[in-house]
Amino acid sequence: MKVVVDRDLCQGHGVCESEAPEVFSVSKKGVLSILDEHPPEELRPRIEQAVTFCPTRALRIEED
Amino acid sequence: MTATTDLREPPRVSGGEGEDGHLDELSTDPIALMWRVRAECGDVGQFRLGPRDVVLLSGARANEFFFRSTEDDLDQSEAYPFMKPIFGEGVVFDAPPERRREMLHNQALRDKFMRGHAQTIADEVDRMVGAWDDEGEIDLLDFFAELTIYTSSACLIGKKFRSELDRRFSVLYHELERGTDPITYVDPYAPVESVRRRDEARAGLVELVGAIMARRAEGPAPTDDDRDLLDVLMSVRDEDGGLRFSPDEVTGMFISMMFAGHHTTSGTAAWTLIELLRHPEEMAAVRGELDELYAGGAEVSYQALREIPRLESAVKEALRLHPPLILLLRVAKTELEVEGFRIAPGTLVGASPAVSNRIPEDFADPDAFVPSRYAPPRAEDQANPWTWIPFGAGRHRCVGAAFAMMQLKAIFSVLLESWEFTLAQPPDSYRNDHSKMVVQLQQPCVVRYRRRPRARTGAPG
Repeated sequence: MKVVVDRDLCQGHGVCESEAPEVFSVSKKGVLSILDEHPPEELRPRIEQAVTFCPTRALRIEED
Repeated sequence: MTATTDLREPPRVSGGEGEDGHLDELSTDPIALMWRVRAECGDVGQFRLGPRDVVLLSGARANEFFFRSTEDDLDQSEAYPFMKPIFGEGVVFDAPPERRREMLHNQALRDKFMRGHAQTIADEVDRMVGAWDDEGEIDLLDFFAELTIYTSSACLIGKKFRSELDRRFSVLYHELERGTDPITYVDPYAPVESVRRRDEARAGLVELVGAIMARRAEGPAPTDDDRDLLDVLMSVRDEDGGLRFSPDEVTGMFISMMFAGHHTTSGTAAWTLIELLRHPEEMAAVRGELDELYAGGAEVSYQALREIPRLESAVKEALRLHPPLILLLRVAKTELEVEGFRIAPGTLVGASPAVSNRIPEDFADPDAFVPSRYAPPRAEDQANPWTWIPFGAGRHRCVGAAFAMMQLKAIFSVLLESWEFTLAQPPDSYRNDHSKMVVQLQQPCVVRYRRRPRARTGAPG
């Protein structure tokens, strides 16, 4: 699985970071970094939560 | 985007032959005008606002283009000239997305402040209903507009500043919002009554804020514990040791900070209540949900930040049917292409939540209040990211959306705990006043309240 962020849409709310801090980190300036673009499968449920609850719908999962 | 010869001009909607184009229609029935654009022209059409053309986009594809565009293509900062006399000189209406992102992270909207805000909001509702008798009537516009002045000032500026306000501030603020006739789109200083009252109201607000500043200047210095944003602004000095920010400038900053979250939240609270009262089965479901959630003694400050699915769905449905902003605007900075049509530089470009939120292809039974459409697997808000747009979408999406949702959950948690409501007018007599760009409920919009026989956290027995 690959985690993809749409930079046009991300506003840096940080909801994804709360859901899965292993994968997402939002800087003080509100810039999102994807820490692990190909996270392990056991994180999938929480990454799916991050995708669902992203306020700007900026995240998606692509299958490898 | 470069010009190509095979791009067509967007079709024009019927009507608007007069000098001011469709200005009159925009003042009387803007939603009907925008639906006619979609019906006659499709996803891309245009109408005329005084001397300017407005290209109106609707539908998922055209909306996606609108919401994804950068400032270099579609600029928001110049699109709302009528806001300038409301905020005052030197207060910017809009900030670029990068700056908005920083503000989101560094200011009062930050997630970690939310719990404190939820408690503040619950306290403000308690304070308002504390003045109620066991039964009576309220005007929804007056009630929620006043409440949201207190909640937004307390959360965004500080509780100390809020405690220095009374109903006068809310009345003047309302006059400001009323000074947004569509004519102010063409001329922000048009010689009409509401504009004169707008300017008087702003001067009145400066006077109130100036008096608060004078009292603070004479009083003891603030302690670290109770320092609020006004104290911080007053601590900034110019070279001569005087105040760097005058009462006029401070008032402008406060007006602008509170503007986006005020009439929007106020109207949504009112419409949520109206729709729940029009649909008793939905009201019963929301009440049941809240009673159950709070039966264990949960605090509003905790619960308002968590899922309250039935209530949230009712709020979302009120937002979809009655979006507080019916027309979002940008100015084209370059020549653009959308769905094969050409948009000339300088053209106003709009997207309409009032239209897009009810597109039948995306929303089954689009005019009906159906909160269950948000429950999985339908999840019609998430399924339609470019047409479910009460908060806008993309780069400019409302940064206060999470705060607003929390605020509405807190308000209804407190209101429905101890009170029952009934409509005091025929159900279809509640409607929005669309004669202003800032849409508000048309008065009268009265409901009756009555203390609940057995409040869920009330005395035992």
